[in-house]
Amino acid sequence: MRRYLHILVIAIVAAALTSPAMAQDKPRYGGELIFAVPSEPPSYDGHREETFGVIHPMAPHYNTLLRTDPNDKTGTKLVSDLAESWTMAKDGRTYTFKLRRGVKFHDGSEMTSADVKASYDKIVFPPQGVASDRQGQYVAVEAVQAPDPYTVVFRLKWPAASFLASIGSPWNWIYKADILAKDVRWYEKNVMGTGPFTFVEHVKGSHWVGKRNPNYWDKGKPYLDGYRAVFIRDSAAQVAAVRGERVHMQFRGFSPSERDSLVQALGPKITVQESPWDCALLVAMNHDKKPFDDKRVRRALSLALDRYQGSQALSKIAIVKEVAGVQVPGTPYATPPAELEKLAGYGRDIAKSRAEAKRLLKEAGVPDGFGFTFKNRGIPMPYEPVGVWLIDQWRQIGLNVKQEVVEAAQYYSQVLRPGNYEVAMDFQCGYIVEPDLDIYKFQSKEISPANYSRYTDKTLDELFLKQGRAGDAEERKKYVREFEKRLVDDEVHYFYTLQWHRIIPHSSKVKGWTITPSHYLNQQLDAVWLTE
Amino acid sequence: MWKYVLKRVLLMIPTLLGVAVLIFFLMRVVPGDIVELRFAGESAFAQKENLDKERARLGLDQPMWLQFVTWMWGIARFDFGTSMWTGAPIIEEIKLRAALSFQLAVMATLIAVVLAIPLGVVAALKQDTWVDYVVRVFSIAGLATPSFWLGIVFILMLLIVFKWLPPMVYTPFWVNPWQNMLQLIWPALAVGYRYSAVATRMTRSAMLEVLREDYIRTARAKGLWQKLILSRHALKNAMLPVLTVVALEFAFLMGGLVVTEQVFNLNGLGMLFVESVARRDYTLTQALVMLVALVFILVNFTVDLMYAWLDPRIRFR
Repeated sequence: MRRYLHILVIAIVAAALTSPAMAQDKPRYGGELIFAVPSEPPSYDGHREETFGVIHPMAPHYNTLLRTDPNDKTGTKLVSDLAESWTMAKDGRTYTFKLRRGVKFHDGSEMTSADVKASYDKIVFPPQGVASDRQGQYVAVEAVQAPDPYTVVFRLKWPAASFLASIGSPWNWIYKADILAKDVRWYEKNVMGTGPFTFVEHVKGSHWVGKRNPNYWDKGKPYLDGYRAVFIRDSAAQVAAVRGERVHMQFRGFSPSERDSLVQALGPKITVQESPWDCALLVAMNHDKKPFDDKRVRRALSLALDRYQGSQALSKIAIVKEVAGVQVPGTPYATPPAELEKLAGYGRDIAKSRAEAKRLLKEAGVPDGFGFTFKNRGIPMPYEPVGVWLIDQWRQIGLNVKQEVVEAAQYYSQVLRPGNYEVAMDFQCGYIVEPDLDIYKFQSKEISPANYSRYTDKTLDELFLKQGRAGDAEERKKYVREFEKRLVDDEVHYFYTLQWHRIIPHSSKVKGWTITPSHYLNQQLDAVWLTE
Repeated sequence: MWKYVLKRVLLMIPTLLGVAVLIFFLMRVVPGDIVELRFAGESAFAQKENLDKERARLGLDQPMWLQFVTWMWGIARFDFGTSMWTGAPIIEEIKLRAALSFQLAVMATLIAVVLAIPLGVVAALKQDTWVDYVVRVFSIAGLATPSFWLGIVFILMLLIVFKWLPPMVYTPFWVNPWQNMLQLIWPALAVGYRYSAVATRMTRSAMLEVLREDYIRTARAKGLWQKLILSRHALKNAMLPVLTVVALEFAFLMGGLVVTEQVFNLNGLGMLFVESVARRDYTLTQALVMLVALVFILVNFTVDLMYAWLDPRIRFR
């Protein structure tokens, strides 16, 4: 009897200790999530825009066919959204999506395959005069068909390994076919989706408000009564807003010092989530200008970088941290650290790397103290600290580098596109971690308009095609690695500095939101809830 | 008088035309392109075909003279067009922010005038006494303190001491006066203090000059009351330069409070101005420059008219 009593007491104590935690994990209904957005939507059409200033306030009004799992920190696991299930034909060229039934637009009309087809036709085959920002990512799509109201079929010209990820794009909101038929530009100024929140108001330059969609197809969601996106451009004002508890969070990211000041001021009231960011600063070397046409010189520039020490130092002051190759560390196609160390500039022995760099420069006939101008984009974070770090690293191998900062508005049109530089900072940022998107730009200049190093490399182009059409993940991984080795080691057409690092300090009241490597993902807010 | 007014009104037309020509061509001389910024800003993956489509849609592929003529024809019909960035009518973009900027300018001006005129007069009357020194320190400190810095100090003080922050979203005064004041009083104080420092210095020196005039000595010799001498003869005459300073400062506040608006996250014309230039939103920038130019012209015109009321010796021809 006494034994059973002990067990009973232990059970009661355990229940008492665990119940508050369990209560914390059970979503609570109600409340308004308030978040800062550092940018503002130029128009309301996600198909044509490319700034997160569109995604953050507007994604909660829409659904996509597929989405990334809101609980997956890598942001690479695809789950269903409006498509309940999907299948791929054996030849890899036909994808069939079965749609959910009973999904309603905010005006009460039913969403069917006609809406999906109309939306994808606008994205993939935009009519004359209509811009579709990511149209180029759907070149494999031959046709979109709607054989019945709840089935959508995509026919591809060739098997595309990245196709499903492209369908999970956070930009591909499903619009209403009737509206598009009447006015294909209607969505530039209006909102009508099937998402968890309906549109209330947008006061330009001030805020955006959404409220709970009571007829949302995912029964029980969303948990919030609504949300309010406040447009705050200045980062100091964003920090003050979080600190003063005027907003719960900002979804793009804060700098390490901003994170530290918030943690210091708010203590347990703030929760910090961090992740490698699918953005990186790259060094482009103009192959049309001597001596950067010589791969020994390009290799020396990469070998000079002590990325590991740079990561330690820069991650304290800038939004960069991870040492990475062409894929975000921790994601399916990323090269493991031990493998990465074998590539030029990734070795742990920096003295050996720099000795090799000096030898290569000498061999290429580059004299000690050789000077060149490094052009950098006029954006303080993180371009400025990374630029200063690069110059310091190159000085360690006897190069004399002058930095020229060019205003952001003219950087691409005046510097990178016309090739008006010797060595320059370039940038790569994706909305989802996917090799096709992340390495597309490194193909030959005849194929990729974003190849600012201005080279032609047929081998690289072949490897890109091979990885993109690979039958299985392992085969694809092999080609991605080969591509990476050729890009940053064998030929050193381009090289990576450090991966960006995303830091989201948010009110501890906010639950149900998981950071991913992309500030475009996980913004539907359907699973987000507030503890009070 | 009416002839003078008409002449001044007519003179506004060539002035505004000059501003229009200048801003139109200046904007196009500045390198950079709204289309590149919009579609190649974050991912740098824009396709040339898309860029060309967008340029054509915005009319940027047309010859410059044609763009200018189209714009001027629009202005002549009071149609400023649409913002190249948002596609919204420019009048709507400006109207949204103008209410806040105007209210802030009025509040800052009131604070400045209420502080500056009594302080300047007292300092002049008590020249070289401790009162004068205190006013001088107060005003020189105001001149030396940028208003945005004072704004940051206010924000930090409110956050650290009171654990409170002004509202982030603008509520019009007629909707909720209390919320409106909670948001705008802090930037108004920050701006008003610096503004008052300029006006205090001007009031003091103008008063000192006037108080030494023969007509003031005559008034005193006649045995007029000190209060009457000050209000009727000295202050009225000393107000001429003060009025100019206050008016010009007011016009500046309508579009020049960029950093203060940034610090307090105010949705005003200053931020809109900077953003439109940074985005190379030609149509919006041009309209804003025209608006600010018009405000300056109208303020100057009003000041000139008020001169005659303050000083009957001034006659308009």
